[in-house]
Amino acid sequence: MLRGRVFKFGNDISTDLIVPGRLAHLRSNLPELAKHVLEDADPTFASRVKPGDFVVGGSNFGLGSSREHAPLVIKMAGVSAVLAKSAARIFFRNAINQGLPVLICDTDKISDGDELEVDLATGQIKDLTNGAELTSGKIPPVMLRILAEGGLIPYVQKYGDIKV
Amino acid sequence: MGKTLAENILSSKSGTDVHAGDIAVVPVDLAFVQDTTGPLTVRQFQASGLKKVSDPGKVALFLDHAAPSPRSELSNDHMLLRSFAAEQKCMIFDVGEGISHQIVAERLADPGQIIIGADSHSVTAGALGAFATGMGSTDVAMGMGLGKTWLRVPETIRVNVNGEFQKGVFAKDLILHVIGKIGADGATYKSIEFGGDTIDNMTISGRLTIANMAVEAGAKVGLFPSDRTTRRYLLSRGRGQHYKSIQPDPDAKYESVISIDASELEPTVSQPHTVDNVATAGKIKGKKISQVFIGTCTNGRVEDFEVAASILRHKKVHPGVRLLIGPASREVLLDSMKARFIQALVEAGGTVLPPGCAACLGVHQGVLGDGEACLSTANRNFKGRMGNPESFIYLASPATAAASALAGEIVDPREVM
Repeated sequence: MLRGRVFKFGNDISTDLIVPGRLAHLRSNLPELAKHVLEDADPTFASRVKPGDFVVGGSNFGLGSSREHAPLVIKMAGVSAVLAKSAARIFFRNAINQGLPVLICDTDKISDGDELEVDLATGQIKDLTNGAELTSGKIPPVMLRILAEGGLIPYVQKYGDIKV
Repeated sequence: MGKTLAENILSSKSGTDVHAGDIAVVPVDLAFVQDTTGPLTVRQFQASGLKKVSDPGKVALFLDHAAPSPRSELSNDHMLLRSFAAEQKCMIFDVGEGISHQIVAERLADPGQIIIGADSHSVTAGALGAFATGMGSTDVAMGMGLGKTWLRVPETIRVNVNGEFQKGVFAKDLILHVIGKIGADGATYKSIEFGGDTIDNMTISGRLTIANMAVEAGAKVGLFPSDRTTRRYLLSRGRGQHYKSIQPDPDAKYESVISIDASELEPTVSQPHTVDNVATAGKIKGKKISQVFIGTCTNGRVEDFEVAASILRHKKVHPGVRLLIGPASREVLLDSMKARFIQALVEAGGTVLPPGCAACLGVHQGVLGDGEACLSTANRNFKGRMGNPESFIYLASPATAAASALAGEIVDPREVM
């Protein structure tokens, strides 16, 4: 069971807003890059986020570039899961490969600063602040297995192959 | 049940009869990275414990995003990629060769292949009938190491385009129109399959422009049939023997079908800060711009510079405009020089950037100032994309870009063509 506070963002949070191209030179220095996570969407986010917190977006979260550094630095910031109404394909796959859960649900019912409780096993989400209860969409079984191992690298280390 | 292009390719490659919603494991014909995603790929490859790539002839590294490198950190990333290429004996295309997607089209992609690239615009090779898609660094690392990947077979949106473009209207206007119609997430997880007589008559250059931007509607792939035009292109590239016809079945099952009359389209522009925020050039006419960028994997080919040169030859760009020219590859640059398109653009006041991604993504070359607006032929206008979140990016065809460079403001190119 995950529990934490909500940082609410709007629709169309692009990978340029999460880790902009102008910081491309920091991609081999991840701790430094992580200090700028989501900077162009909310300059105060990196200094306020605490381990266990949730990033909650609207529709099409993570659209744009294939840069896996986007979910990677969100995870490094201590975020336990991303919730959104919908997520861009590559971001979704990258997040799972990095062991960062992405839950698709009606995030209109969640407000900035709310306390959430998320059960990854059942996909049940409880907003402890306003009492709303949500269920997240299904993740394909192959992605659940990758997530269960903590990402694609530990998955391949364990199985030595891609099995679906 | 009839199959779409995506279902046909994935069934053939996986050796099983797959339909939308199924998961397929497929061999990878080409796995590639670029210089801002590749270093993480190398580190993930090493972390996985895999020692050797599965087939060095199917692995390529491209140094195109920071080319030449503006910073020591990025130079060190380039060194890491060069040493990985040397150790693995795989292909590497160094600074100055050009953008991965253009080189993949020129030299590597064949119809019916599975191509995965650690760059979202890897969809570009869909123009040649390849199932080409963007993935992250880790997926591509494992594709390189295992020689295969898993894919969910996508549902398909079929886009039928018929009729002739009006003068001044191009493939770019068509794809901007489609994205405006279905939205920036209108095709998420899906295949967009293009067909119709406009597509049959379209060059590979135009098809590359359209396939390139499929991801801007969220699509996994933007697929074109492999036909006579594909065959001619492959023959001209010395790969004629790699041609095979790939078509959707006549009774293919589509999630939805969109029909477009090409003759009704007008020069179209994406406005800040999302690609689906489209308007006709005529409607937003008069918007002041301080930079025009003609280039990128979307519109940095010889045909694009030909159109731009036809508008700018013997003229001067507006004194308030910086015109940047970014050839998609060394070969594009050389061919555009031979045809004197580059001559015309430089005489008009243009600055030629090295073949590569150039000003597209804010790493270097042509970063905008606070409050400045750029009209670009690229594929993305997100806030901050060109290096400054306080600036504004409009997207359009090379014709609209060239005409607007003359005027110092956005105009409908038909006014000067």
